[in-house]
Amino acid sequence: MNLGQAIRLRDATLLPSRRDEDWRWTDLRGLLRTIPEPSLALDPESIGPGPFDGVAGEVLVVANGAGPEAVEVEAGGDRTLVLRQVSRGDGAHACRLRIRVGAGARLTLLESHEGGGSGLSLLGVELDLGEGAACERLAVCDLDPDAVAVAELDVRLSPGARFAQTLLTTGSRRQRLETRVSHPGQGAEARLDGAYLLSGRRHADLTSSVRHEGPDGRTDQLARGIVDDQARAVFQGRIVVQEGADGTDARMAHNALILSDRAEVDARPELEIYADDVACAHGATVGALDDEVLFYMRQRGLPEREARILLAASFLGEVLDRVESPAASGRLRDWLAARLGAA
Amino acid sequence: MLSLRNLHARVGDREILKGLSLEVPAGEVHAIMGPNGAGKSTLSYVLTGRPGYEVTDGEAKLDGVDLLGLEADERAAQGLFLSFQYPLEIPGVPALTFVRTALNAQRKVRGEPEVSAPDFLKRARACAADLKMDFDMLKRPLNVGFSGGEKKRMEIFQMALLAPRFMILDETDSGLDIDALRIVSEGVNALRAPDRAMLVITHYQRLLDHIRPDRVHVLADGRIVASGGPELALELEREGYDKYARAA
Repeated sequence: MNLGQAIRLRDATLLPSRRDEDWRWTDLRGLLRTIPEPSLALDPESIGPGPFDGVAGEVLVVANGAGPEAVEVEAGGDRTLVLRQVSRGDGAHACRLRIRVGAGARLTLLESHEGGGSGLSLLGVELDLGEGAACERLAVCDLDPDAVAVAELDVRLSPGARFAQTLLTTGSRRQRLETRVSHPGQGAEARLDGAYLLSGRRHADLTSSVRHEGPDGRTDQLARGIVDDQARAVFQGRIVVQEGADGTDARMAHNALILSDRAEVDARPELEIYADDVACAHGATVGALDDEVLFYMRQRGLPEREARILLAASFLGEVLDRVESPAASGRLRDWLAARLGAA
Repeated sequence: MLSLRNLHARVGDREILKGLSLEVPAGEVHAIMGPNGAGKSTLSYVLTGRPGYEVTDGEAKLDGVDLLGLEADERAAQGLFLSFQYPLEIPGVPALTFVRTALNAQRKVRGEPEVSAPDFLKRARACAADLKMDFDMLKRPLNVGFSGGEKKRMEIFQMALLAPRFMILDETDSGLDIDALRIVSEGVNALRAPDRAMLVITHYQRLLDHIRPDRVHVLADGRIVASGGPELALELEREGYDKYARAA
């Protein structure tokens, strides 16, 4: 299976399906009988405002799959890039973008996934971080309910580099955000956070895999989410510590709240450890909002809806507490507050 | 002020209140004492509208307003406050944020303007000082990691800021050492007023040395089986609940 090829060749048999172990909870083959026609061109001038408007930085737009193919941050540079992936209509499109961050450089990548119509989209990004480089990727996904969207990021870390991400999504008909990190250790660090807030019949899949190939690397992951109605969340987190990657420190936590009997959370945290001297931990919980806590809050005068929103905001807020960029952090909080209020 | 008539209530299939009647006039403090399992905590939950506590008969009115027809938060906005026996922890929500949000939610229902952040902080500082609470503690998530005594103090802090008309204190003395008991009791006594009233639920006389009740009632097997002045609490302390448990 290969989604990019499936779209290019318009061959639905190449779509990932439940037979692929990594896609068993996000089956695209069973969802789509045919690949839609290629998307029509979309004028980037027509797309309206985005969630990071006004935050300083250059804006790159990928409009129905058309956009820049390569971005380079020179060694020692410091840039903030807004990357808007905007899709409209019912077509299919795929695009690839390469981002290189030179040695010692910094990049703040503010990403938004918008629209999607009832089409199929794939955004593939390769991110190379040079020695001592740092990138924080903050992404918000506001997709249409009928969109089928996959975004894949391949990160190559160099020694001493640091990659941190926070993904926020409300899902879509079927959405997957996949992050793969090749981790050389040697002081390199990765933070792979995410939060999902799903209602209706929406689906979101946060999948990540980190491969620690050398000693003394760190990976830290906190994913949290809330699912309501008939929504479905998938969390797959894999951390592999290869032989010789001693001194690796890897932590993974996934916590979900289910607000409805018909909602579903499928979680698969996996640690594969082939080295001896490592500190690894993972924790996963799936629960409901605590009725006793809700009653306590209502006794103090909070209406049930407000009490639920306050609890949900604080639950997901702990993910936002870890965001580093001060300029974007407020935007992410506003975004979350608006989605919670509308839920 | 609070008027309970022939209150029957059950939790699941178990009937716990079996015809409880009680009048607490404005300006008074009444104590409810009784053996374990008599229905003391059930009474506090029935009055405050906890889900799962079903009233099958009788009435409960606060200044003529039927409490039983209101949601828990609507009762709070009517000025009803319960100091919990076991206060809950609310991860991620700082204590001050929580109380201010609750206060403004109540005021909104009552058609009163919001309390501004600076005004609220000023009042919070004064209340914290009265209760000898460390102000930094109020910036931490409510009750998370607090000791039993700190949680009880936090209940009284919330009570002081929310300024309810009718207060129910459920075993507020448990978990408090003698100094904390004195400070908390002073906090409670400061809220006594001619237009307010209080129901103090306790197993022991100790708390009533600090919060002097006007009337004492004995609750046994879901009913008030005896009522009297403060001397009744002393008698119970001396002689225990045996004779009431048998009478019930």
